[in-house]
Amino acid sequence: MKLFFAFIRKEFWHVLRDTRSLIILLGLPVMMMLLFGFALSNEVKNSNIGILDLSHDESTIQLADRFDQSRYFSVTQKLKRESEIAEAFRKNELRMVVIFPPNFQENISHNKQAQIRFIGDATDPNTSNIMINYATAIIRDYQNEILGEQKLPYRIELESSMLYNPKLSSAFNFVPGVMTLILMLLGAMMTSVSIVKEKEKGTMEILLVSPMRPIMVVITKAIPYLLLCFVDVLLILLLAYTVLDMPMRGNIGLLLAESILFIFTTLSLGLLISNLVDTQQVAMFISLVGLLMPALIFSGFMFPLENMPLPMQVISNIVPTKWFYSIVSTIMVKGLGFEYVWKQTLILVGMTLFYLTIAMKKFKIRLE
Amino acid sequence: MLSQETVITTHNLTKSFGDFTAVNAITFEVKAGEIFGFLGANGAGKTTAMRILCGLLSPTSGEATVAGFDVYKENESIKKHIGYMSQKFSLFEDLTVRENIEFFGGIYGLSRKELKEKGNDLIQRLGMGKEAEKLVGSLPLGWKQKISFSTAILHQPKIVFLDEPTGGVDPITRRQFWDMIYEATDSGITVFVTTHYMDEAEYCNRVSIMVDGSISALDTPNNLKHQFDTDSMEGVFLKLARQAKRGE
Repeated sequence: MKLFFAFIRKEFWHVLRDTRSLIILLGLPVMMMLLFGFALSNEVKNSNIGILDLSHDESTIQLADRFDQSRYFSVTQKLKRESEIAEAFRKNELRMVVIFPPNFQENISHNKQAQIRFIGDATDPNTSNIMINYATAIIRDYQNEILGEQKLPYRIELESSMLYNPKLSSAFNFVPGVMTLILMLLGAMMTSVSIVKEKEKGTMEILLVSPMRPIMVVITKAIPYLLLCFVDVLLILLLAYTVLDMPMRGNIGLLLAESILFIFTTLSLGLLISNLVDTQQVAMFISLVGLLMPALIFSGFMFPLENMPLPMQVISNIVPTKWFYSIVSTIMVKGLGFEYVWKQTLILVGMTLFYLTIAMKKFKIRLE
Repeated sequence: MLSQETVITTHNLTKSFGDFTAVNAITFEVKAGEIFGFLGANGAGKTTAMRILCGLLSPTSGEATVAGFDVYKENESIKKHIGYMSQKFSLFEDLTVRENIEFFGGIYGLSRKELKEKGNDLIQRLGMGKEAEKLVGSLPLGWKQKISFSTAILHQPKIVFLDEPTGGVDPITRRQFWDMIYEATDSGITVFVTTHYMDEAEYCNRVSIMVDGSISALDTPNNLKHQFDTDSMEGVFLKLARQAKRGE
């Protein structure tokens, strides 16, 4: 046990003395949370839109005003001619243009029919879709108000509600995502790099001739990262709660326990990598390309898995981040308990054991 | 002068990697308190042999015991009774002198109190009172090697293995280093050392020379010079090394 602590203490000296890795370990999660929270939002908020009002009557002025007052849009340009539209899009000044054709009010009153046209700059299709949806909702509300004054033979009322995220806050999506990515990246990369560094410098040899069992030598190297990753989890949750107003709906104890499980998964991946490669660069490359990329693509955090072609959906099952992301969002966002995440938990446990077994096997072979 | 107790015995010790026989049936004994020089050209199999004796590698065939423990089954026990120092990387450059001493003492099971006492004592003896809190990376190589050797014997092992301990070190420091080695043997530690410096080979009690995985000669430096009819160890080494078929 004394031995064990001597090793861990040394590892902490290494980590605490290396300012660069400390910045990465503690700065990266904070930076990513703030970036996703305030800069990289895919929410539509006060988007610049233009209005081409060719009728300029009471209704259109009212509608234009409603667009401007909505928290999703702000009307920055009143266009005069249709030819100005293309130019405004080209200059990137507008994300959407609303066109009211001539005689709008007249058409409503007399023909009971009027048209409005939305043009979205669909370079980012998702955002454009969301904007068109919001805009349609504004028009529908207005329509309902006018209809309220008249009698119609029948009417279908639509009421939609967003169950777990009524405000459609993007934090609900990215907090679990950032947590998954950070743990994957730091857990696997930092561990593998720190072990491989020892191999590269040759100090691994002196550690191995010490009375410490070889496998323990490697495990003690992973322990500081276990602690630091756990600190990262706490840091992310704290930021989510205080700065981003993200509620913690489920059991925090369960979430922390699951996080520790996932940290074990990533550390065992780190151990595995460190046993396969001999230089820090390769270890880093494998961690970034081999782990971070699939983690990003297959976690379901940025791209919905259901939309992927079948082979990719199948592949996603072997990526641990998918399961952890699902666990975190189930607990945090839906507030559900262990009975809803036991399957994912079991899969992660299985994966961890699998990686550890291969890592240990490889480790013995290397010693021969 | 030397006791009759043997601390290392090998008998037909062999290690192959696939078709390649790195160490080919070597047989020798090292007596307690001896300085045993282990010479050979690069690629002769010295490092592999040393690794087997340190419990890092399992031999393919043959027998060997170190400090009375079998290299096949008791390699973990061997590790408790040996010290090890290698040419370049026996210390952590991002730890201070004192932290390195504490770490290496700690992994051999020294208590905190012992660590403190021995650490202070060692720093005093090396005359590094001022440098104790400095990072090892900032010290000259000669100093590092001295600290490294001192930490390798801090726990009073039975045997200390030195793998080219003085590579790249200036002659004065080398001389001081050998004084430290003599001091260690006086306190009962057996020294097993590989080197490329032939003057250092002269300092050893006995020297073995490996060529292509086998031991070609093993005796005291004087007897070897006599046997090969030359007046320096360098002459002995060159005569033997010329027979080598393996390249670098």
